[in-house]
Amino acid sequence: MTLRSDLRLIADWIRPSTRVLDLGCGDGALLAHLRDARQCRGYGVEIDDGHVLECIRRRVNVLQSDLDAGLRMFSDDMFDIVVLSQTLQAMHRVEDVLRDMARVARHGIVSFPNFGHWRHALSLLGGHMPVTKAIPYQWYDTPNIHLCTPKDFEILAAKLGFSIKRRALLTDGAPVSLLPNLRATLAVYRFDMR
Amino acid sequence: MTPKSLYFDAPLHLASGAQIGSYSLMVETYGELNAARSNAVLICHALNASHHVAGVYADQPKNTGWWDNMIGPGKPVDTNRFFVVGVNNLGSCFGSTGPMSINPATGKPYGASFPVVTVEDWVNAQARLADALGIERWAAVMGGSLGAMQALSWTIQYPGRVAHCVAIATTPKLTAQNIAFNDVARTAIQSDPDFHGGDYYAHGVVPKRGLRVARMIGHITYLSGDDMGEKFGRAMKAENYAFGYGVEFEVESYLRYQGDKFSEYFDANTYLLITRALDYFDPAKSTGGDLRRALAPATAKFLLASFTTDWRFTPARAREIVAALIANDRDVTYAEIDAPHGHDAFLLDDPRYHAEVTAYFDNIGREVGA
Repeated sequence: MTLRSDLRLIADWIRPSTRVLDLGCGDGALLAHLRDARQCRGYGVEIDDGHVLECIRRRVNVLQSDLDAGLRMFSDDMFDIVVLSQTLQAMHRVEDVLRDMARVARHGIVSFPNFGHWRHALSLLGGHMPVTKAIPYQWYDTPNIHLCTPKDFEILAAKLGFSIKRRALLTDGAPVSLLPNLRATLAVYRFDMR
Repeated sequence: MTPKSLYFDAPLHLASGAQIGSYSLMVETYGELNAARSNAVLICHALNASHHVAGVYADQPKNTGWWDNMIGPGKPVDTNRFFVVGVNNLGSCFGSTGPMSINPATGKPYGASFPVVTVEDWVNAQARLADALGIERWAAVMGGSLGAMQALSWTIQYPGRVAHCVAIATTPKLTAQNIAFNDVARTAIQSDPDFHGGDYYAHGVVPKRGLRVARMIGHITYLSGDDMGEKFGRAMKAENYAFGYGVEFEVESYLRYQGDKFSEYFDANTYLLITRALDYFDPAKSTGGDLRRALAPATAKFLLASFTTDWRFTPARAREIVAALIANDRDVTYAEIDAPHGHDAFLLDDPRYHAEVTAYFDNIGREVGA
């Protein structure tokens, strides 16, 4: 089974045989890959019924819950690394969840769609909220309530005392080197939270 | 299938310190035990159910097993792949030794003298049943509510004998409110003039009025408020109030019907005994309230499920178990199903819930070569 390219990048940033928590783990593809290819152990938290079923089929340890109640099920320092993949933008209490991530693990990986993409800017200049492949929702019907740019995220990370170790700005899963803040659709960070 | 009675003549030592010299358990099985004896699944029942888990009897086509939507050929627990065992617990009233049985020492029904048994005692009796059936290790032990407490207890008492624990709509221990409801039910039974201190058999009567109230109060706790509202609302049997105290609202009529039906077939002493077993269940009692340590011996893999509108055993209670298992680094999957039917949802047909159990058992089947 081929892993989505951004998940492949995240997987490459996770050391073998570590304990991983995947918040908003979707269909469990990342955790299944980490288990089979990297001998990692871990749990996923996911709210969607269809995704939970996919996780069970993949024999991934999935806990059906929202992130707040989900994180409460874990005690301090239970994991080596916690992943929050394309979930940040839909969370109500971003700061609290990031702080709680720091409680359960030392290292974190976060990915989110780049709201600073030039198409979004263009759309706003034209008088409309952007609707793109990365953010495919109308403004009145979107789960995304906390959109940000890489620079915005870096400010929050600094405020929380997270030290960024790696950053990748991607379009269609491939790194963007020229004007990445404007041209990347997805931002991925790996950082130490303590 | 036909139920059969298995007789055990080695004494069973109980948590209370008492013992039962010999006893019988009613058992029903479905499917075939494979040559490796690796595909056996034990189904534990809750308060008022029995060994009759699935299917119908040839001579009783309407007597469908209590978890028939879950267990059977092609169902989530597929009896074409698994050898499924249903057992009626000690102290129940569907043919296993209980308060209605004759005490060999006196030649009379046990009645009030039947010892109080616990979830752990049931599991010990079930382990002997496993021995008798030649099953060293269950592919899964499964139950809902009180049945799930037995499944959990299996993983603590006999860790090597359970590969998977499937625990639905359950809790690590009852709350004060849960115990309070049980106490109201027991008080209703004990204050029925026909109860005679539990020895009503000798008087040729049954404390039906008490049982009826016990069932009515229990039944309210199995349903969600919304579900009841949707089913009955304020619907009345007649158009106008009668300005009396008879049955006027549909919900009254429904509860009384349930109560009457129940009091016809269920034994009052068994009701006391089983609700007490519920009250006493608290595996963390011996570890100073630390559920993680209580579950430390367990090596099984777990599937837990709860239902959002279950106010008897809420999702938060199930999450306590999940958290303890995670802290022990166990394999655990937890499904929180958004279903409107309250505690009873575990017995009902819900496509998401059944799909999840199907997927989980499919994996078990592959694991054990079933």
